[in-house]
Amino acid sequence: MLSFLAERHAELATLVAQHVVLVLLSTAIAVALGVPLGILLTRRRRWARPALALAGVLQTIPSLALFGFLIPLPILGGIGARTAIVALVLYALLPILRNTYTGILQVDPAVSEAATGLGMTDGQRLRIVELPLALPVILAGVRIAAVVSVGTATIAAAVGAGGLGTYVFRGLATVDTRLILAGAVPAALLALAVDALLAGVEHSRRPGRAALALAGGVVAALLLLAFAGRARPGQPRVVVGSKNFTEQVVLGEVLAALLEDRGLAVDRKLNLGGTSLCHEAVRTGRLDVYVEYSGTALTDILHRRVRGDRRSVLREVREAYAGMGLTVADPLGFNNTFALVMRADTSGRLGLRRMSDLSAHARTLRVGLFGEFLERADGLPGLASTYGFQLGVPPTEMDLGLLYPALDAGRVDLVVGSATDGLIAASDLVVLEDDRHYFPPYDAVPILNSARLADHPGLASAVAALAGRVDEGAMRRMNLAVDGTHRAPAEVAREFLRASGLSAR
Amino acid sequence: MTSTGSTAAALAGVTKRFGGGAPALDGLTLSVAQGEILVLLGTSGSGKTTALKTLNRLVRADSGRVTVLGRDVEGWDPIELRRSIGYVIQEVGLLPHLTVAENVGIVPRLLGWEEPRRAARARELLSLVGLDPDRFGPARPRELSGGERQRAGLARALAADPPLLLMDEPFGALDPLTRRRLQDEFKALQGRLGKTVVLVTHDVPEALRLGDRVAVMHAGRVVQEGTPAEIRDRPQPGFVHDFVAAALP
Repeated sequence: MLSFLAERHAELATLVAQHVVLVLLSTAIAVALGVPLGILLTRRRRWARPALALAGVLQTIPSLALFGFLIPLPILGGIGARTAIVALVLYALLPILRNTYTGILQVDPAVSEAATGLGMTDGQRLRIVELPLALPVILAGVRIAAVVSVGTATIAAAVGAGGLGTYVFRGLATVDTRLILAGAVPAALLALAVDALLAGVEHSRRPGRAALALAGGVVAALLLLAFAGRARPGQPRVVVGSKNFTEQVVLGEVLAALLEDRGLAVDRKLNLGGTSLCHEAVRTGRLDVYVEYSGTALTDILHRRVRGDRRSVLREVREAYAGMGLTVADPLGFNNTFALVMRADTSGRLGLRRMSDLSAHARTLRVGLFGEFLERADGLPGLASTYGFQLGVPPTEMDLGLLYPALDAGRVDLVVGSATDGLIAASDLVVLEDDRHYFPPYDAVPILNSARLADHPGLASAVAALAGRVDEGAMRRMNLAVDGTHRAPAEVAREFLRASGLSAR
Repeated sequence: MTSTGSTAAALAGVTKRFGGGAPALDGLTLSVAQGEILVLLGTSGSGKTTALKTLNRLVRADSGRVTVLGRDVEGWDPIELRRSIGYVIQEVGLLPHLTVAENVGIVPRLLGWEEPRRAARARELLSLVGLDPDRFGPARPRELSGGERQRAGLARALAADPPLLLMDEPFGALDPLTRRRLQDEFKALQGRLGKTVVLVTHDVPEALRLGDRVAVMHAGRVVQEGTPAEIRDRPQPGFVHDFVAAALP
């Protein structure tokens, strides 16, 4: 662990800095919005209940769903820090708003009346009496918001905003505990530090003065960063995206390295939180390219039923995507379909080789799968009816990274994985044959934003060079190198390009 | 007494109702002459505090007329009106997060006085009410005893030198000894400064000791008005008699 940290201390420092900026900026904005709004509510009491309810509802929106709403928005959205900050502000609003409101209302009414009786205007009463007396409560709200933000900001990695979540997500995707810890432990320490700092302000002898000093420091730091950020050169950069599992990250690195070889400047927005998020991002031009799977595009994005073979599915997707301003490049060369995977000994003992054999054994099989498979149009219900079986034991939902360990440990008999899972190559496992062709083809295809192609000459030809060059075996080996032996995706991608003659470097 | 006989403040036929039920003020008529101490005496719920608050417009009358310093309060800017009146409240009156000196200087601050002038005025008034400015000025209200807090509250009310003082149970919540001493000091001070005072209390001996005139209130009306001697010696049969007799030995 120590050598791991020593190796990555520069990257870790950058991520911590990004994380701190996300938290500071979002908390500062939330204070700037929430405190005046909370004051306003004490003056317009009728609005208080609906306003607080709305802020409460905002808090319950899952972050990925919120990102989904935000990405297509013109000013607030996009891929990167802005979207993450907007989401963090929305989450931080409730505690600040509520504490400002209740903090002012809990000022003894007799004290407020005395202030009025002395001849204070509403503004003077607020400034001289109510705000100072409510300050400890307001500060407690800010403290809650900031500490929660430190935790929530890890989600920012899902929209490519960086921060410590980058390690957490990368670690989850590649089943690398060291990476998860390298993200989670500093985040926890950061939360403790923020909590201690704000507790210090809250309990200081002059909390008003301390809060002002802190706010001044934060604003100064942010201005400095904004100024420093501005100095970056404005070369147009190709934005490469990926979803949040190993294969996607590796493919993102492959694309990025290939583009860099050809002299293009690349921004990596890898590990984004899911299919719809990537799709929205490339459709709205926040991403230039990411790799999708033809069957996923057809069923999940276009909401169509699958008919026909690989070629007709691809044609259908290409036509529909053209209408959205998206270009579907030629397939990379592998079909990442779902795979029903068993241990070789179980398969042999039961004589289970094909999916059509399932009807005889489904009553006793223990199945492990990731939650999405229960819901997808091409998921379990359709599979069961196509092959005419019914599970005797409800399937166990688990994270993608836990499927193979569970299978290996004999906790489940069958898992629903992917054809290119690296661990299939590594262990003594059997993939059941889809003898009735239930699963649609999932050819990996780069998706490009057509309008942005002109901005990046050389992008289309670089992506085209990859067509047909990644077969299932190659993909499995790359996945295994990351998942099995914990090598860095960028390194694995670079090695692949060298070995396949696509790159000299 | 410096009374010239002219009226400093008056209520004429004032009615105030909070929600349903009996009115808090029921056609109340009262007046206080310049330089006089008028005591509103009554049990809780008699409407005496409500009557006091109509004078600085913390409560607005539903009907009737309230005049302060010769002007209808509805014609005053309420902020200006309140800054022209000293206001003393029992216990909660001092702002807990400010020092005693800052509390005393609050109305001058609202009036835009410069800090050195405010500080000088605060010292002057603390001395006037018998508090050592060096010791009590920088203290917080919670560090003071009840009697010291009441002195500071009085100093604050006098800070901008208003001609009229409104005092709501100013000596409540004090031990009998302290209360007695403060009452005497206050009476002497008022005699020197010649302020007009409207003072609310439920304490009969206090009313009789401090008031130039006493108005006994019950159910939103004045049931008897007169000098302390008249109230003590010739209480009206019924409510006033019972109330006064019960409180006096």
